[in-house]
Amino acid sequence: MGNTGNVVIIGASHAAAEAISTLRRAGWPGQITLIGDELELPYQRPPLSKAYFKGELEFAKLLLKNEAFYDKAQVNVLLGKRATKLDRQQQSVMLDNGESVFYSHLILATGTRARHLPVAGHDLPQIKVLRTRADVDDIKSALPQGGKLLIVGAGYIGLEVAASAIKNNIDVTVLEAQERVLSRVTGEHVSGFFQKRHAKEGVDIRLGASLQSFVNQGAKAYAKLGTGEDIPFDCAIVGIGVVPNVELAQDAGLACDNGILVDEYARTNDANIFAVGDCANHFSALYRNRIRLESVPNAVAQAKTAALFICGKPQPYNQLPWFWSDQYDIKLQTAGLLSGYDRSEIQGDPDEAKFTVSYYKQDKLIALDAINAPAEFMKAKKAIIEALSAN
Amino acid sequence: MSKITFIDYQGNQTEVEATNGDSVMEAATQNDVPGIDADCGGACACATCHVYVDAEWMDKVGKPGDLEADMLEVADGVQDNSRLSCQISMSDDLDGLVVSTPESQY
Ligand SMILES: Cc1cc2nc3c(=O)[nH]c(=O)nc-3n(C[C@H](O)[C@H](O)[C@H](O)COP(=O)(O)OP(=O)(O)OC[C@H]3O[C@@H](n4cnc5c(N)ncnc54)[C@H](O)[C@@H]3O)c2cc1C
Ligand code: FES
Repeated sequence: MGNTGNVVIIGASHAAAEAISTLRRAGWPGQITLIGDELELPYQRPPLSKAYFKGELEFAKLLLKNEAFYDKAQVNVLLGKRATKLDRQQQSVMLDNGESVFYSHLILATGTRARHLPVAGHDLPQIKVLRTRADVDDIKSALPQGGKLLIVGAGYIGLEVAASAIKNNIDVTVLEAQERVLSRVTGEHVSGFFQKRHAKEGVDIRLGASLQSFVNQGAKAYAKLGTGEDIPFDCAIVGIGVVPNVELAQDAGLACDNGILVDEYARTNDANIFAVGDCANHFSALYRNRIRLESVPNAVAQAKTAALFICGKPQPYNQLPWFWSDQYDIKLQTAGLLSGYDRSEIQGDPDEAKFTVSYYKQDKLIALDAINAPAEFMKAKKAIIEALSAN
Repeated sequence: MSKITFIDYQGNQTEVEATNGDSVMEAATQNDVPGIDADCGGACACATCHVYVDAEWMDKVGKPGDLEADMLEVADGVQDNSRLSCQISMSDDLDGLVVSTPESQY
Protein backbone atom coordinates (compact mmCIF):
# COMPACT_ATOMS: atom_id res chain seq x y z
CA MET A 1 0.00 0.00 0.00
CA GLY A 2 3.02 2.29 -0.28
CA ASN A 3 3.02 4.32 -3.44
CA THR A 4 -0.64 4.34 -4.31
CA GLY A 5 -1.47 7.48 -2.37
CA ASN A 6 -2.99 8.56 0.91
CA VAL A 7 -6.50 9.95 1.27
CA VAL A 8 -6.42 12.22 4.30
CA ILE A 9 -9.72 13.14 5.89
CA ILE A 10 -9.89 16.07 8.31
CA GLY A 11 -12.84 15.93 10.72
CA ALA A 12 -13.93 12.58 12.19
CA SER A 13 -17.70 12.53 12.02
CA HIS A 14 -20.62 11.48 9.81
CA ALA A 15 -18.97 12.43 6.52
CA ALA A 16 -15.65 10.82 7.43
CA ALA A 17 -17.15 7.45 8.40
CA GLU A 18 -19.05 7.29 5.13
CA ALA A 19 -16.05 8.37 3.07
CA ILE A 20 -13.91 5.59 4.54
CA SER A 21 -16.58 2.97 3.96
CA THR A 22 -17.13 4.04 0.35
CA LEU A 23 -13.40 4.36 -0.42
CA ARG A 24 -12.74 0.77 0.57
CA ARG A 25 -15.87 -0.61 -1.08
CA ALA A 26 -15.02 1.17 -4.30
CA GLY A 27 -11.55 -0.34 -4.18
CA TRP A 28 -9.24 2.47 -3.01
CA PRO A 29 -5.91 0.62 -2.80
CA GLY A 30 -3.85 3.23 -0.94
CA GLN A 31 -3.67 4.54 2.60
CA ILE A 32 -6.41 6.37 4.45
CA THR A 33 -5.66 8.75 7.32
CA LEU A 34 -8.35 10.16 9.57
CA ILE A 35 -7.61 13.29 11.60
CA GLY A 36 -10.11 14.46 14.22
CA ASP A 37 -9.85 16.89 17.11
CA GLU A 38 -12.49 15.11 19.19
CA LEU A 39 -11.37 12.10 21.22
CA GLU A 40 -14.00 9.68 19.92
CA LEU A 41 -14.30 7.66 16.75
CA PRO A 42 -17.05 9.08 14.50
CA TYR A 43 -20.42 9.02 16.25
CA GLN A 44 -23.97 10.12 15.52
CA ARG A 45 -24.64 13.72 16.43
CA PRO A 46 -28.46 13.87 16.13
CA PRO A 47 -29.10 11.87 19.35
CA LEU A 48 -26.99 14.37 21.32
CA SER A 49 -30.02 16.63 21.73
CA LYS A 50 -32.49 13.73 21.87
CA ALA A 51 -32.03 10.21 23.30
CA TYR A 52 -28.45 10.76 24.51
CA PHE A 53 -29.41 13.97 26.29
CA LYS A 54 -32.29 12.19 27.99
CA GLY A 55 -29.90 9.46 29.10
CA GLU A 56 -31.75 6.78 27.11
CA LEU A 57 -28.73 5.81 25.00
CA GLU A 58 -25.23 5.09 26.22
CA PHE A 59 -22.40 6.58 24.22
CA ALA A 60 -21.20 3.26 22.77
CA LYS A 61 -24.49 3.03 20.88
CA LEU A 62 -23.77 6.28 19.08
CA LEU A 63 -20.63 5.06 17.30
CA LEU A 64 -21.26 5.03 13.55
CA LYS A 65 -18.89 2.08 12.97
CA ASN A 66 -17.25 -0.17 15.50
CA GLU A 67 -13.52 -0.08 16.17
CA ALA A 68 -12.88 -3.23 14.16
CA PHE A 69 -14.15 -1.46 11.04
CA TYR A 70 -11.26 1.04 11.11
CA ASP A 71 -8.74 -1.77 11.62
CA LYS A 72 -10.17 -3.78 8.78
CA ALA A 73 -10.23 -0.74 6.51
CA GLN A 74 -6.61 -0.11 7.58
CA VAL A 75 -7.24 3.48 8.53
CA ASN A 76 -4.51 5.42 10.24
CA VAL A 77 -6.68 7.03 12.93
CA LEU A 78 -5.34 10.20 14.55
CA LEU A 79 -7.81 11.39 17.20
CA GLY A 80 -7.46 14.28 19.60
CA LYS A 81 -5.35 16.07 16.99
CA ARG A 82 -6.15 19.27 15.20
CA ALA A 83 -5.10 20.13 11.68
CA THR A 84 -3.65 23.63 11.82
CA LYS A 85 -2.42 24.35 8.32
CA LEU A 86 -2.53 23.05 4.76
CA ASP A 87 0.42 23.23 2.42
CA ARG A 88 -0.99 22.74 -1.06
CA GLN A 89 2.42 22.79 -2.77
CA GLN A 90 3.83 20.05 -0.56
CA GLN A 91 0.41 18.37 -0.32
CA SER A 92 0.68 18.14 3.44
CA VAL A 93 -1.40 18.83 6.53
CA MET A 94 0.24 20.24 9.66
CA LEU A 95 -1.05 19.02 13.02
CA ASP A 96 -1.09 20.78 16.38
CA ASN A 97 1.53 18.36 17.74
CA GLY A 98 4.02 19.50 15.11
CA GLU A 99 3.67 16.43 12.89
CA SER A 100 2.70 16.65 9.27
CA VAL A 101 0.88 14.19 7.06
CA PHE A 102 1.22 13.97 3.28
CA TYR A 103 -1.80 13.43 1.09
CA SER A 104 -2.53 12.48 -2.47
CA HIS A 105 -6.17 13.44 -1.91
CA LEU A 106 -7.55 15.54 0.92
CA ILE A 107 -11.16 15.50 2.11
CA LEU A 108 -12.16 18.43 4.31
CA ALA A 109 -15.00 17.36 6.59
CA THR A 110 -14.53 19.96 9.29
CA GLY A 111 -18.23 20.68 9.85
CA THR A 112 -19.41 23.71 11.75
CA ARG A 113 -19.08 25.31 15.17
CA ALA A 114 -21.67 27.11 17.26
CA ARG A 115 -22.14 30.77 16.46
CA HIS A 116 -20.83 33.12 19.11
CA LEU A 117 -23.30 35.28 21.05
CA PRO A 118 -21.94 38.81 21.26
CA VAL A 119 -23.32 39.93 24.64
CA ALA A 120 -21.59 40.85 27.88
CA GLY A 121 -20.95 37.87 30.11
CA HIS A 122 -21.01 35.34 27.25
CA ASP A 123 -17.85 33.77 28.65
CA LEU A 124 -19.27 32.83 32.06
CA PRO A 125 -18.53 29.17 32.84
CA GLN A 126 -22.26 28.29 32.95
CA ILE A 127 -22.70 29.24 29.29
CA LYS A 128 -22.25 26.34 26.89
CA VAL A 129 -22.78 25.25 23.33
CA LEU A 130 -23.95 21.86 22.11
CA ARG A 131 -22.02 20.31 19.24
CA THR A 132 -20.21 17.34 20.70
CA ARG A 133 -20.56 14.44 23.09
CA ALA A 134 -18.20 16.25 25.46
CA ASP A 135 -20.50 19.30 25.36
CA VAL A 136 -23.54 17.22 26.38
CA ASP A 137 -21.69 15.51 29.23
CA ASP A 138 -20.52 18.91 30.43
CA ILE A 139 -24.02 20.41 30.24
CA LYS A 140 -25.55 17.50 32.09
CA SER A 141 -23.02 17.69 34.89
CA ALA A 142 -23.81 21.41 35.23
CA LEU A 143 -27.54 20.70 35.69
CA PRO A 144 -28.64 19.49 39.11
CA GLN A 145 -31.92 17.56 39.53
CA GLY A 146 -34.68 20.10 39.08
CA GLY A 147 -32.13 22.67 37.92
CA LYS A 148 -32.76 25.57 35.60
CA LEU A 149 -31.72 25.44 31.96
CA LEU A 150 -31.78 28.50 29.75
CA ILE A 151 -31.73 27.98 26.00
CA VAL A 152 -30.88 30.89 23.76
CA GLY A 153 -32.31 30.36 20.28
CA ALA A 154 -35.39 28.38 19.30
CA GLY A 155 -33.96 26.40 16.39
CA TYR A 156 -34.19 22.63 15.96
CA ILE A 157 -31.40 21.89 18.43
CA GLY A 158 -32.62 24.33 21.07
CA LEU A 159 -36.15 22.97 20.95
CA GLU A 160 -35.02 19.35 20.94
CA VAL A 161 -32.95 19.98 24.04
CA ALA A 162 -35.92 21.79 25.63
CA ALA A 163 -38.12 18.74 25.02
CA SER A 164 -35.47 16.34 26.32
CA ALA A 165 -34.65 18.41 29.42
CA ILE A 166 -38.21 19.03 30.53
CA LYS A 167 -38.85 15.28 30.39
CA ASN A 168 -35.95 14.93 32.83
CA ASN A 169 -37.62 17.40 35.23
CA ILE A 170 -35.35 20.28 34.37
CA ASP A 171 -36.90 23.74 34.37
CA VAL A 172 -36.56 25.14 30.85
CA THR A 173 -36.73 28.70 29.52
CA VAL A 174 -36.15 29.43 25.83
CA LEU A 175 -35.23 32.92 24.62
CA GLU A 176 -35.91 33.66 20.96
CA ALA A 177 -35.23 37.03 19.36
CA GLN A 178 -37.72 36.44 16.52
CA GLU A 179 -41.49 36.50 16.89
CA ARG A 180 -41.79 32.74 16.35
CA VAL A 181 -39.77 29.57 16.95
CA LEU A 182 -37.92 27.80 14.09
CA SER A 183 -38.28 30.95 12.00
CA ARG A 184 -35.19 30.12 9.95
CA VAL A 185 -36.33 26.67 8.92
CA THR A 186 -40.10 26.52 8.70
CA GLY A 187 -43.30 28.47 8.09
CA GLU A 188 -45.83 29.89 10.53
CA HIS A 189 -48.10 26.84 10.84
CA VAL A 190 -45.33 24.58 12.03
CA SER A 191 -43.83 27.26 14.28
CA GLY A 192 -47.21 27.81 15.90
CA PHE A 193 -47.73 24.11 16.39
CA PHE A 194 -44.40 23.64 18.19
CA GLN A 195 -44.86 26.75 20.32
CA LYS A 196 -48.17 25.42 21.59
CA ARG A 197 -46.82 22.00 22.33
CA HIS A 198 -43.77 23.26 24.21
CA ALA A 199 -45.94 25.61 26.26
CA LYS A 200 -48.24 22.70 27.11
CA GLU A 201 -45.27 20.64 28.29
CA GLY A 202 -44.21 23.48 30.57
CA VAL A 203 -41.39 25.06 28.57
CA ASP A 204 -41.31 28.83 29.09
CA ILE A 205 -40.78 30.24 25.59
CA ARG A 206 -40.05 33.96 25.34
CA LEU A 207 -40.51 35.27 21.81
CA GLY A 208 -39.16 38.63 20.67
CA ALA A 209 -36.80 38.45 23.64
CA SER A 210 -33.92 40.88 23.76
CA LEU A 211 -31.06 39.43 25.74
CA GLN A 212 -28.80 42.18 27.11
CA SER A 213 -26.18 40.33 29.13
CA PHE A 214 -25.32 37.47 31.45
CA VAL A 215 -24.20 38.09 35.03
CA ASN A 216 -23.08 35.94 37.93
CA GLN A 217 -24.66 36.68 41.31
CA GLY A 218 -24.05 34.32 44.19
CA ALA A 219 -24.74 30.71 43.29
CA LYS A 220 -26.79 31.49 40.19
CA ALA A 221 -26.18 33.15 36.90
CA TYR A 222 -28.80 35.44 35.38
CA ALA A 223 -29.80 36.49 31.89
CA LYS A 224 -30.76 40.15 31.81
CA LEU A 225 -33.52 40.99 29.36
CA GLY A 226 -34.37 44.29 27.72
CA THR A 227 -37.64 44.33 29.69
CA GLY A 228 -35.64 44.57 32.93
CA GLU A 229 -36.41 40.98 33.90
CA ASP A 230 -33.63 38.72 35.21
CA ILE A 231 -33.87 35.00 34.43
CA PRO A 232 -31.83 32.74 36.72
CA PHE A 233 -30.14 29.61 35.40
CA ASP A 234 -27.69 26.87 36.36
CA CYS A 235 -26.65 26.34 32.80
CA ALA A 236 -27.33 28.11 29.49
CA ILE A 237 -27.00 26.69 26.00
CA VAL A 238 -26.43 29.10 23.16
CA GLY A 239 -28.01 27.69 20.00
CA ILE A 240 -28.21 30.59 17.60
CA GLY A 241 -26.90 28.80 14.55
CA VAL A 242 -23.50 27.67 13.39
CA VAL A 243 -20.61 28.88 11.26
CA PRO A 244 -18.76 26.58 8.89
CA ASN A 245 -15.15 25.68 9.77
CA VAL A 246 -13.50 27.05 6.65
CA GLU A 247 -10.33 28.62 8.09
CA LEU A 248 -7.98 25.81 7.04
CA ALA A 249 -9.30 26.04 3.48
CA GLN A 250 -9.42 29.81 3.40
CA ASP A 251 -5.87 30.25 4.68
CA ALA A 252 -4.70 27.85 1.98
CA GLY A 253 -6.38 29.98 -0.67
CA LEU A 254 -9.34 27.72 -1.46
CA ALA A 255 -12.50 29.52 -2.58
CA CYS A 256 -14.97 29.99 0.29
CA ASP A 257 -18.29 31.79 0.60
CA ASN A 258 -20.53 30.58 3.42
CA GLY A 259 -18.65 27.28 3.29
CA ILE A 260 -15.94 25.81 1.11
CA LEU A 261 -17.09 26.07 -2.49
CA VAL A 262 -17.39 22.73 -4.27
CA ASP A 263 -18.88 21.40 -7.47
CA GLU A 264 -21.28 18.47 -7.92
CA TYR A 265 -18.37 16.05 -7.35
CA ALA A 266 -17.44 17.73 -4.03
CA ARG A 267 -14.28 19.16 -5.63
CA THR A 268 -12.81 22.45 -4.45
CA ASN A 269 -10.81 24.67 -6.77
CA ASP A 270 -7.76 22.48 -5.99
CA ALA A 271 -7.98 19.22 -7.97
CA ASN A 272 -6.67 17.15 -5.03
CA ILE A 273 -8.89 18.67 -2.36
CA PHE A 274 -12.53 17.86 -1.68
CA ALA A 275 -14.94 19.33 0.87
CA VAL A 276 -18.04 17.55 2.14
CA GLY A 277 -20.82 17.86 4.70
CA ASP A 278 -21.67 20.88 6.83
CA CYS A 279 -18.51 22.80 5.85
CA ALA A 280 -19.15 22.57 2.09
CA ASN A 281 -21.20 24.84 -0.10
CA HIS A 282 -22.26 23.09 -3.29
CA PHE A 283 -24.20 23.94 -6.40
CA SER A 284 -27.59 22.24 -6.30
CA ALA A 285 -28.75 21.38 -9.79
CA LEU A 286 -32.27 20.91 -8.38
CA TYR A 287 -32.55 24.36 -6.78
CA ARG A 288 -30.17 25.97 -9.31
CA ASN A 289 -28.46 27.67 -6.47
CA ARG A 290 -25.46 27.34 -4.20
CA ILE A 291 -26.42 25.83 -0.85
CA ARG A 292 -24.74 24.80 2.36
CA LEU A 293 -26.73 22.19 4.26
CA GLU A 294 -26.51 21.09 7.86
CA SER A 295 -27.84 17.57 7.81
CA VAL A 296 -26.63 14.01 8.12
CA PRO A 297 -28.09 12.79 4.80
CA ASN A 298 -26.20 15.57 3.00
CA ALA A 299 -22.93 14.81 4.81
CA VAL A 300 -23.24 11.11 3.99
CA ALA A 301 -24.17 11.56 0.34
CA GLN A 302 -21.47 14.16 -0.32
CA ALA A 303 -18.84 12.00 1.35
CA LYS A 304 -19.86 9.14 -0.91
CA THR A 305 -19.59 11.45 -3.92
CA ALA A 306 -16.04 12.53 -3.05
CA ALA A 307 -14.92 8.96 -2.32
CA LEU A 308 -16.33 7.63 -5.59
CA PHE A 309 -14.65 10.41 -7.53
CA ILE A 310 -11.30 9.60 -5.91
CA CYS A 311 -11.79 5.95 -6.90
CA GLY A 312 -12.40 6.96 -10.50
CA LYS A 313 -16.12 6.21 -10.39
CA PRO A 314 -17.62 9.70 -10.51
CA GLN A 315 -21.33 10.15 -9.76
CA PRO A 316 -22.62 13.70 -9.44
CA TYR A 317 -24.30 14.67 -6.17
CA ASN A 318 -27.88 15.66 -6.70
CA GLN A 319 -29.95 14.69 -3.67
CA LEU A 320 -33.03 16.46 -2.48
CA PRO A 321 -32.20 18.04 0.89
CA TRP A 322 -34.25 16.67 3.76
CA PHE A 323 -34.30 16.95 7.54
CA TRP A 324 -35.98 15.54 10.57
CA SER A 325 -36.49 16.56 14.15
CA ASP A 326 -37.86 14.57 17.09
CA GLN A 327 -39.47 16.47 19.95
CA TYR A 328 -41.68 14.69 22.51
CA ASP A 329 -43.67 12.16 20.46
CA ILE A 330 -43.65 14.42 17.41
CA LYS A 331 -41.75 13.54 14.29
CA LEU A 332 -41.13 16.46 11.95
CA GLN A 333 -39.79 15.55 8.53
CA THR A 334 -38.99 18.22 5.97
CA ALA A 335 -38.50 17.44 2.30
CA GLY A 336 -36.79 20.12 0.22
CA LEU A 337 -35.86 23.71 1.04
CA LEU A 338 -38.63 26.23 1.60
CA SER A 339 -36.61 29.41 1.22
CA GLY A 340 -38.28 31.78 -1.22
CA TYR A 341 -41.74 30.19 -1.06
CA ASP A 342 -44.64 32.48 -1.95
CA ARG A 343 -47.56 30.32 -0.84
CA SER A 344 -48.15 27.56 1.68
CA GLU A 345 -50.99 25.14 2.10
CA ILE A 346 -51.87 23.15 5.20
CA GLN A 347 -53.49 19.69 5.06
CA GLY A 348 -54.71 17.81 8.11
CA ASP A 349 -55.28 19.04 11.62
CA PRO A 350 -52.56 20.51 13.84
CA ASP A 351 -54.80 19.86 16.86
CA GLU A 352 -54.51 16.18 16.12
CA ALA A 353 -50.74 16.50 15.74
CA LYS A 354 -50.85 15.02 12.25
CA PHE A 355 -50.62 17.41 9.32
CA THR A 356 -48.50 18.60 6.42
CA VAL A 357 -47.63 22.01 5.04
CA SER A 358 -46.73 22.29 1.36
CA TYR A 359 -44.60 25.23 0.22
CA TYR A 360 -44.88 26.57 -3.31
CA LYS A 361 -42.88 28.99 -5.37
CA GLN A 362 -44.66 30.18 -8.51
CA ASP A 363 -47.03 27.22 -8.13
CA LYS A 364 -44.17 24.76 -8.05
CA LEU A 365 -43.93 22.51 -4.98
CA ILE A 366 -40.49 23.24 -3.45
CA ALA A 367 -40.79 21.82 0.08
CA LEU A 368 -43.07 20.04 2.51
CA ASP A 369 -43.16 19.78 6.30
CA ALA A 370 -44.73 16.57 7.57
CA ILE A 371 -45.77 16.34 11.21
CA ASN A 372 -46.29 12.68 12.16
CA ALA A 373 -47.08 12.03 8.51
CA PRO A 374 -44.23 9.91 7.16
CA ALA A 375 -46.07 8.59 4.11
CA GLU A 376 -46.78 12.13 2.92
CA PHE A 377 -43.14 12.99 3.50
CA MET A 378 -41.97 10.05 1.38
CA LYS A 379 -44.36 10.97 -1.43
CA ALA A 380 -43.37 14.63 -1.30
CA LYS A 381 -39.68 13.76 -1.74
CA LYS A 382 -40.53 12.31 -5.13
CA ALA A 383 -43.04 15.01 -6.07
CA ILE A 384 -40.60 17.84 -5.28
CA ILE A 385 -37.80 16.29 -7.32
CA GLU A 386 -40.25 16.00 -10.22
CA ALA A 387 -41.47 19.57 -9.82
CA LEU A 388 -37.93 20.97 -9.62
CA SER A 389 -36.65 18.89 -12.52
CA ALA A 390 -39.48 19.95 -14.85
CA ASN A 391 -38.60 22.47 -17.60
CA MET B 1 -25.03 -11.96 21.31
CA SER B 2 -27.05 -13.28 18.40
CA LYS B 3 -26.18 -13.90 14.79
CA ILE B 4 -27.65 -12.11 11.78
CA THR B 5 -27.00 -13.04 8.16
CA PHE B 6 -27.37 -10.31 5.56
CA ILE B 7 -27.72 -11.32 1.92
CA ASP B 8 -27.16 -8.58 -0.64
CA TYR B 9 -28.97 -8.34 -3.98
CA GLN B 10 -26.22 -10.34 -5.67
CA GLY B 11 -26.47 -13.14 -3.15
CA ASN B 12 -23.32 -12.31 -1.14
CA GLN B 13 -23.70 -13.20 2.53
CA THR B 14 -22.31 -11.31 5.51
CA GLU B 15 -22.68 -12.71 8.99
CA VAL B 16 -22.45 -10.43 12.02
CA GLU B 17 -22.77 -10.80 15.77
CA ALA B 18 -25.31 -8.42 17.27
CA THR B 19 -25.67 -7.39 20.90
CA ASN B 20 -29.15 -8.10 22.18
CA GLY B 21 -31.09 -4.85 22.31
CA ASP B 22 -29.31 -3.43 19.26
CA SER B 23 -31.38 -3.02 16.15
CA VAL B 24 -30.67 -5.02 13.01
CA MET B 25 -29.73 -1.70 11.38
CA GLU B 26 -27.19 -0.92 14.12
CA ALA B 27 -25.60 -4.33 13.75
CA ALA B 28 -25.33 -3.71 10.00
CA THR B 29 -23.91 -0.20 10.07
CA GLN B 30 -21.47 -0.80 12.94
CA ASN B 31 -20.05 -3.72 10.98
CA ASP B 32 -20.21 -1.87 7.67
CA VAL B 33 -22.55 -4.38 6.01
CA PRO B 34 -23.27 -3.15 2.46
CA GLY B 35 -26.81 -2.40 1.30
CA ILE B 36 -28.05 -0.47 4.33
CA ASP B 37 -27.68 3.32 4.36
CA ALA B 38 -29.59 4.28 7.54
CA ASP B 39 -29.37 8.00 6.86
CA CYS B 40 -31.41 8.94 9.94
CA GLY B 41 -29.55 6.65 12.32
CA GLY B 42 -32.64 4.77 13.40
CA ALA B 43 -35.14 7.59 13.87
CA CYS B 44 -37.60 5.84 11.53
CA ALA B 45 -37.45 8.94 9.35
CA CYS B 46 -35.66 7.89 6.17
CA ALA B 47 -36.58 4.35 5.05
CA THR B 48 -32.99 3.76 3.86
CA CYS B 49 -32.59 0.74 6.15
CA HIS B 50 -35.15 -1.34 4.26
CA VAL B 51 -34.68 -5.14 4.42
CA TYR B 52 -36.59 -8.24 3.36
CA VAL B 53 -37.06 -10.68 6.18
CA ASP B 54 -36.46 -14.33 5.33
CA ALA B 55 -39.76 -16.24 5.12
CA GLU B 56 -38.87 -18.52 8.04
CA TRP B 57 -38.32 -15.56 10.34
CA MET B 58 -41.40 -13.54 9.47
CA ASP B 59 -43.47 -14.68 12.45
CA LYS B 60 -40.77 -14.11 15.02
CA VAL B 61 -39.83 -10.68 13.65
CA GLY B 62 -43.44 -9.57 13.52
CA LYS B 63 -45.26 -6.76 11.80
CA PRO B 64 -44.16 -3.13 11.49
CA GLY B 65 -45.52 -0.49 13.88
CA ASP B 66 -47.81 2.29 12.62
CA LEU B 67 -45.17 4.87 11.77
CA GLU B 68 -42.99 2.27 10.10
CA ALA B 69 -45.92 0.84 8.14
CA ASP B 70 -46.69 4.35 6.87
CA MET B 71 -43.13 4.81 5.66
CA LEU B 72 -43.09 1.40 4.01
CA GLU B 73 -46.39 2.04 2.30
CA VAL B 74 -44.65 4.43 -0.08
CA ALA B 75 -41.04 3.20 -0.12
CA ASP B 76 -39.62 1.63 -3.30
CA GLY B 77 -39.61 -2.11 -3.86
CA VAL B 78 -41.77 -2.98 -0.87
CA GLN B 79 -42.92 -6.59 -0.42
CA ASP B 80 -44.95 -8.40 2.22
CA ASN B 81 -41.76 -9.23 4.10
CA SER B 82 -40.39 -5.68 4.08
CA ARG B 83 -39.27 -4.10 7.34
CA LEU B 84 -37.19 -1.10 8.36
CA SER B 85 -34.25 -2.76 10.05
CA CYS B 86 -33.83 0.05 12.59
CA GLN B 87 -37.16 -1.02 14.06
CA ILE B 88 -36.21 -4.65 14.63
CA SER B 89 -34.58 -5.15 18.01
CA MET B 90 -32.28 -8.16 18.43
CA SER B 91 -32.90 -10.76 21.11
CA ASP B 92 -32.15 -14.45 21.72
CA ASP B 93 -35.38 -15.24 19.88
CA LEU B 94 -33.93 -13.78 16.70
CA ASP B 95 -30.55 -15.55 16.95
CA GLY B 96 -29.77 -16.76 13.42
CA LEU B 97 -31.99 -14.18 11.68
CA VAL B 98 -31.66 -13.94 7.90
CA VAL B 99 -32.54 -10.78 5.98
CA SER B 100 -31.77 -9.57 2.48
CA THR B 101 -31.04 -6.05 1.35
CA PRO B 102 -32.35 -4.32 -1.78
CA GLU B 103 -30.06 -3.25 -4.64
CA SER B 104 -30.49 0.40 -3.70
CA GLN B 105 -32.04 2.24 -0.76
CA TYR B 106 -33.50 4.99 -2.96
C1 LIG C 1 -27.24 18.43 18.75
C2 LIG C 1 -27.34 18.21 17.28
C3 LIG C 1 -28.49 17.62 16.75
C4 LIG C 1 -28.61 17.40 15.38
N1 LIG C 1 -29.72 16.80 14.89
C5 LIG C 1 -29.81 16.53 13.57
C6 LIG C 1 -30.93 15.82 13.03
O1 LIG C 1 -31.88 15.47 13.74
N2 LIG C 1 -30.94 15.55 11.71
C7 LIG C 1 -29.91 15.91 10.88
O2 LIG C 1 -29.94 15.60 9.69
N3 LIG C 1 -28.84 16.58 11.35
C8 LIG C 1 -28.78 16.90 12.67
N4 LIG C 1 -27.68 17.58 13.14
C9 LIG C 1 -26.66 18.05 12.19
C10 LIG C 1 -25.69 16.94 11.86
O3 LIG C 1 -25.16 16.40 13.03
C11 LIG C 1 -24.60 17.47 10.95
O4 LIG C 1 -25.19 17.84 9.73
C12 LIG C 1 -23.52 16.42 10.69
O5 LIG C 1 -22.91 16.04 11.89
C13 LIG C 1 -22.49 16.95 9.72
O6 LIG C 1 -21.46 16.02 9.60
P1 LIG C 1 -20.00 16.46 9.13
O7 LIG C 1 -19.24 15.19 9.07
O8 LIG C 1 -20.11 17.32 7.94
O9 LIG C 1 -19.43 17.43 10.26
P2 LIG C 1 -19.48 17.49 11.90
O10 LIG C 1 -20.39 16.44 12.38
O11 LIG C 1 -19.73 18.88 12.22
O12 LIG C 1 -18.01 17.07 12.26
C14 LIG C 1 -16.88 17.83 11.97
C15 LIG C 1 -15.73 17.32 12.83
O13 LIG C 1 -14.53 17.93 12.43
C16 LIG C 1 -13.79 18.32 13.55
N5 LIG C 1 -12.84 19.35 13.14
C17 LIG C 1 -13.11 20.61 12.70
N6 LIG C 1 -11.97 21.26 12.38
C18 LIG C 1 -10.96 20.39 12.61
C19 LIG C 1 -9.54 20.48 12.46
N7 LIG C 1 -8.93 21.58 12.02
N8 LIG C 1 -8.78 19.39 12.79
C20 LIG C 1 -9.37 18.24 13.24
N9 LIG C 1 -10.71 18.11 13.39
C21 LIG C 1 -11.49 19.18 13.08
C22 LIG C 1 -14.88 18.78 14.50
O14 LIG C 1 -14.45 18.89 15.84
C23 LIG C 1 -15.89 17.67 14.30
O15 LIG C 1 -15.57 16.57 15.10
C24 LIG C 1 -27.55 17.82 14.52
C25 LIG C 1 -26.41 18.42 15.06
C26 LIG C 1 -26.29 18.61 16.42
C27 LIG C 1 -25.05 19.26 16.98
S1 FES D 1 -32.46 4.19 9.73
FE1 FES D 1 -33.78 5.70 8.95
S2 FES D 1 -35.68 4.66 8.94
FE2 FES D 1 -34.33 3.15 9.70
